[in-house]
Order: sequence, then structure tokens, then C-alpha cells
Amino acid sequence: MILRLLNRACVLSGSVRLKSTLSTFFDEMGKSGIILKSATTGIFENLALEDWIHDHVDLQNRSMLLSWRNSPAVVIGRHQNPWQECNLPLMRRLGIPLARRRSGGGTVFHDFGNINMTFFISKKKYDRHRNLKVITSALKALRPDLEVAATDRFDILLNGHYKISGTAAKLGRTSAYHHCTLLCSVDRSVLSSVLKSNTSEVIKSNATPSVPSPVRNLLDVDPTLDSDTIMNAVASQYSNEFGFDGPVITVDPSHEALMPGIHKMAQDLQMWEWIYGRTPKFSVCSSLVVDDVTVKLDMDIKNGAVEQCAMEIPEDWLPSEMVNEFTSALNGSKYCPNEAAVLVAAFTRTVSVTADVAEKIHRLCAGVVSVM
Amino acid sequence: MATVITVRAPFAFMRRLVSARLHRHCCSTVQTACFVSRPHSYSLIAGQQHRFFRTSYVAARPVLQFKLSDIGEGIMEVTVKEWYVKEGDKVSQFDSICEVQSDKASVTITSRYDGIIRKLYYDVDSIALVGKPLIDIETEAGQVEGPQEDVVETPAMSQEEHTHQEIKGHKTQATPAVRRLATENNIKLSEVVGTGKDGRILKEDILNFIASQTGAILPPAPFQEIRPPPPAAVAPSTPAAKPKEKMSPPSIPTPVIPKPVFTGKDHTEPIKGFQKAMVKTMAAALKIPHFGYKDEVDLSLLIRLRSELKGLAESRGVKLSYMPFFIKAASLALLHFPILNSSLDENCTNITYKAAHNIGLAMDTSQGLLVPNVKNVQMLSVFEIAVELNRLQTLGAAGQLGTTDLTGGTFTLSNIGSIGGTYAKPVILPPEVAIGALGKIQALPRFNHKGEVVKAHIMNVSWSADHRIIDGATMCRFSNLWRSYLENPASMVLDLK
Repeated sequence: MILRLLNRACVLSGSVRLKSTLSTFFDEMGKSGIILKSATTGIFENLALEDWIHDHVDLQNRSMLLSWRNSPAVVIGRHQNPWQECNLPLMRRLGIPLARRRSGGGTVFHDFGNINMTFFISKKKYDRHRNLKVITSALKALRPDLEVAATDRFDILLNGHYKISGTAAKLGRTSAYHHCTLLCSVDRSVLSSVLKSNTSEVIKSNATPSVPSPVRNLLDVDPTLDSDTIMNAVASQYSNEFGFDGPVITVDPSHEALMPGIHKMAQDLQMWEWIYGRTPKFSVCSSLVVDDVTVKLDMDIKNGAVEQCAMEIPEDWLPSEMVNEFTSALNGSKYCPNEAAVLVAAFTRTVSVTADVAEKIHRLCAGVVSVM
Repeated sequence: MATVITVRAPFAFMRRLVSARLHRHCCSTVQTACFVSRPHSYSLIAGQQHRFFRTSYVAARPVLQFKLSDIGEGIMEVTVKEWYVKEGDKVSQFDSICEVQSDKASVTITSRYDGIIRKLYYDVDSIALVGKPLIDIETEAGQVEGPQEDVVETPAMSQEEHTHQEIKGHKTQATPAVRRLATENNIKLSEVVGTGKDGRILKEDILNFIASQTGAILPPAPFQEIRPPPPAAVAPSTPAAKPKEKMSPPSIPTPVIPKPVFTGKDHTEPIKGFQKAMVKTMAAALKIPHFGYKDEVDLSLLIRLRSELKGLAESRGVKLSYMPFFIKAASLALLHFPILNSSLDENCTNITYKAAHNIGLAMDTSQGLLVPNVKNVQMLSVFEIAVELNRLQTLGAAGQLGTTDLTGGTFTLSNIGSIGGTYAKPVILPPEVAIGALGKIQALPRFNHKGEVVKAHIMNVSWSADHRIIDGATMCRFSNLWRSYLENPASMVLDLK
């Protein structure tokens, strides 16, 4: 395993540190502050890297800053409802993955124009305002007339109005991390279309809602402020604030030998049960129009699965036994268009129907799937 | 009983030591008489959080109230978002209890004790107050609570510092609870070997040390840890509870070998989702009387044709496999035997000859068996079929197949040979009446028309059909026609529509 270091630093080769993991490497370094940068742009690998550091690195006398960027992805907070927060059908069409992080907070859209920064520290010294001050000071040092300030909701606002950074945090037993975004050159049209849910009106839920805000890119204000410049400025401001020196170390989250268990963490973050199944209980109450007929749909979803499904359909359009079969086919299934399609396909095989009834069932299914 | 005696003796000594801090020790009923009348006395260190413990004496096991500790930044209320335990669960120290959220921070609350959960004070989505009880834990007799280990922002000295003793230049790590146990039993921590993370001394280490010293009967081992629902953020040193197979020690000729005990447990879960779909479909298929018909096909010429066309297809951006040929040949043959593309109604009174050839493909996805179909194969060229197949395969791999692709099939082919196998006995998917399973292509010796042994590429096909309306002769003639198209691909060109 090789740690590649950025800018001013030395290269460590595998032969020197055969048996150590990343955490013993930090211990051996003996420094009280370390700045890291992730080498990959996969959202799940980066989230797993955060979790690995939180779980395995001793942070009692040390603090760390990790900066990372991802290819386009939407990230929801630990206790949020993805159906309420983003446009899932649009994301599927565009191939933008959805991830659920372990920290709280709201929903964000990442792409290469967004910098993420994670401040790792012990629980005793956990102080989000101090961390945000590092960022605002770094930006002001770069451009003294830039008007950026942190709010008491831990957002950073540009010109007092546009949000350029949002925050979330995770506290464990002895250590904590605080991460935030920073909008440098994000594709704002994709951001706004993807973060607007197509079904939020029909969902009733206690999940943490996001608070939408107008956003702006730093690059719009000053075309010379690109991601690398900003990351370097934040890194040096962090060193100043926390009083250490040292190079920025690049870490590759795919090195299983260096970080044992990280691969499994990344896998766990991609499981349906985590991303969708962790949604707090909610109910869907919608009126669909299928073939000029109004269908009332009521579903209760728990752990991402349909706990209860009821439909009100005019008897003359579709007989009630057919409707009952349809709803019982959906009961217990994942609230997922693919699974619904498979179950309805199986259902149509097993009941003998005329061609036009089969057609109606397809269109009904398409209507139901449109809210998933 | 031994532990009770040892605990009692140094108590006066202990009380002197800890007068500066607030503590209430858990007691067993044996000592109830001694302590229940003691006045509540405590002193506060300025600026430090203080804790109250009311112990309720339920039988011999004390129940402690576990309060929500400070989470920093002056936050006084949090929302309980998820419980990882319920009443009656056993927990160990450091197991995750619940997840609370406050102001964009998600906090995992872990247990400070081993014990059984007796009461949860909040429901999900209720507001919990810092410093107020969160849960009640019934702990083992003799277990004492220690000061908070996860206190934040204490302006007074850090309590962590007290947990480190410098002995012979080595820091001995142990939690205050463990330290107390050692002191009560007059054990020097430097003599105990720590088996925890970084050589930390655990309660088990002290108990083992006592056992080896005195040979006394010790209280039962700590509870088996519950496994928090994956993936929760748990301290890495907590092992998950997994069934272990006890290996019998390999012994040189000694007669007594203990029987290996298998501690695995049966695991039952409800059938849902894809499995439920398959159960329903196959239960319906059971009503169809199947008969099988198997044959082998010599694909030598087809293989040559495909290798010639592969480059051309790729230049058009499509991966060309053998399936488009199999599918098109099936459609051409169905034109001569339309009864194989039909459907029987429920009462077996009417047979419907389907006009469109919607040929289904059995697809093995990560979630299970899916059968999307290619619509109207009778109108498509081999290349167009290949394009459709690519589209369906991409959607299937992404888990995005919809009802349109999954319904409406009239005939099915299953290329099980791509994974392995030669002959199979496929099950017809209602409301269809026939299905074919294709085995793997093998290079085998065969005799050619001159009587010489040549290398031939042989694939086996296994058909199943509904014997209520299809007879063996029909199936055989269909199979022969299909086979002739594939063994002599040039003949396909003649009949291509």
C-alpha cells in the first residue's frame, strides 16, 4: 500500500509499513493534526472512508480534516425520506445515485464542483462554529472583499442571502465528525431539478425535512475561485487555526489493506435496506388518474416496505376481487418500482384475465409506480 | 456469594476515596439494610455536570436510570429518531442504544453498563431532554456505575486523565468501573494482563485474575451481546454474536473426545418481494401438465456466422451474442406452428392463438429470476433483436425493468447454458404453453456425412410444452425446424421476414 502525498511531502512505499493500517500510521506520525484528501470520487467509498476514520482512528488528542469531492450524487441525511426530498424517477433516468449518510441534516446534491470537508475531533472539543470559521477565514484570506459568514444554523451565506455551504454532524461515543459542503461550481440546473420531489405533496411523514434555500456558486462571484485553490486555502487556514504543520496526505479509500473493513462499509452503504429501508414510517395518500378514472391510493410504508395498501376504484372499471388481488400482491413488497413491476407481472400470470382487463391492470400499475 | 463478601469489606475505604464525587453504588438486597437509610449526600464541583441515581430494589437486581448525557454545544433537547433496543433486550457496555438527532447532528447513544433494558422513556420522534432519564437498565448485582466517560466540554479536569495510571512507565488503561473492581479485590492493575483494545484491562480480565488467584466460584460471564441492526456505528472492539462451532481438540490416542456442539440456529423469514412473485407463478404453473422433449443442435456454422458479424454489430454499438439468432429462429418456426404461441383459458374451453411473438428471456439478476420479453419478434431483424436484448439487459442489471417489459410474453427461452448445464426441465410460465431451455455449447466429436469424426459445437435444447393442447409430434416438428435454421443459417435468410 502506498500513500500518495500532495504538494510538499514525501512518498511512503509499502515496504516500509507492511503491517500497519492507516490508524497506526497516524499514531506513528505523532502529529496532533492531520490533513487528508480523498483520492476517489465515488460517494459510497468516500462516506465509508469518513465512517472508517470515525470508528478506527484515535481522536482523543488529535484532529483531522478530510476534503473530498464526488461525481454527481444526491445525499440524504440519516433520518430523511428520499421520496420527499428528491425526484427519484429523474435521478434514475439521469443515472444519479442516491446515498444516505450517517450524519443528520438535510439533502444535498454533489458533483465535481462541490467540495466536502469533514472535521474529525474528539467529542470534548467538538465545536462546529470553530470549524466553519476556518472556512470563512480561508475564503476571506483569498478574497478579502468576499462577504461570507456562518449563520447560527451552521450554514454559510454569501452576501447574506445565498447559501454556499450546509452542515451535518455525527457524534459517537468518544469522537465526532462535522462535515459540510462548499459550492464552487456545481451544476445548478441539475441541482434544482433533482432536489425537487415529484411526490412530496402526497407523503405524510415525520422524517427530517430539508429547508430549501437559494444557492450560488463561488465561481459565479469570482471566476478565479476554483476547487483546488479553495481546498488549499482551507487546508492552510486549518493548520493555522489548530496550530499544526504538515503536508496534505492523499488517501485512497479502496485500499482494504490500509483500512481493513472499509470495503464492507462501502457495500453496506449501497444496500437498499440502508438507503431506502431506513426511512422512518410514512404514508402515501394520492389520487391518480388512470384512463379518465380516479383511483384513490393509500399506502403505509415502514422500513421501505409496503405495510398496508388500499385502493378505491370504481367497481365498473375493475372488479373488486381484482383490486384486492392487486393490493395483496403489493403488500409486504419493497416500495420500489422494479419490485412492484415484478409482482404485478407475476400477478397477471396467475389470474386469468381478458386482454382489456390486463391492459387496465398495466396502466394501474404504471400509475402506482409513478409515486415510487 | 464470594463477590458479595469482597465488595462489602472495602466500602468504608471506598467512601473516603470518592467523597468528592457523586456516586450511588448498586447494592444487592443483602446490603439493603445498610444503605437504604443513608442520607443522600453529594458535593458538586463547579462547572461539572452531576448525576443522580435512584436505585430501585427489585428482587436482587438493581435497576439504574441511564440519563441522556450532554452532547455539547449547550444543546438541551434532542429528538429520538431510532431505538436499537427494546424492553427485555440484553445489552453490554458500549452497545448502541438509540440514535438521537439535534440540529443537524446525529448522535449514537451507547450503553454504559451490561444489563437488561427495563424501560424506554421515549417513543420515536419524541423530544428527549438532556440530563433526564432515557432508559432503565437492570444490572448485575455488584456492578457499580462510573462517572460519565463521554462528557464533553468539562472546564474542570478531564476525567479521562484519571483513568490512566503510570505504572512502571506504562499507561494502564481501564475504565473506572474496572478500576473499582480491582481496588475492591486488592488487585494491582499492573499485574493483570489486559485483553481489550490497546492492552486495555477489561472486567473479564479482573475476574479471570481473581479466579486464578483464589479459585473462587465467580459470577456468570457477562451477557451475550446483542447485535445492533447493521450497519450501526459500534466501537470496533465489540465482537458480533455469531454462532461458533466448538472444535473438538485433536488428541493423540485418548479415548474421550467431546462431541462437537453446533450452535447454529434456524432462521425464518417471511417470503416477500421477488420470491413471492416466483412462488405465485410456479404454483400456477403446477396446474399445467408438462411434457419434455430434448434434442441436440450442431452450431458449428452458426458460430462461424456470428464471429463474422460480431465486428459489424459492434461498429453499430451493439453486442451480438447467439441469443438473437435463437430467438429469430424460434419466431420463424412459430409461424409454422402457431399453436406453440397460444394460450389456454382458465376453464380449458378456448384456445387463443396470439398474433404477436413476444419472446421472453429468462434473466438472472441479483434479486432473482426475471423474464422480460422482446415484443413482436416476427417483425424484427436479428440486429434489432440484439439491440432490444442489450436494452433489456441493461435495465435488468440496473433493476429498472417495468411492467411493459415484464408482461405480455407468449413464448419463452431460457439460456441457462450461459451459466452451465446441458439438459434441463424448464417450467412453463403461464399463460404460455411452451418453453425452451438452452444448455451450454460444447465442442464434441461427431460423425459428418462422410463418416469422418469432426469437431462439432453441440448445444442441447430441452423443450417443455402443455400436453393439454400440444402433442409430442408437434413439438418434435417445431424443434426440428428450429434446429435446421440454426444448423444451416443460410436457410434462415430464405425465410426471413
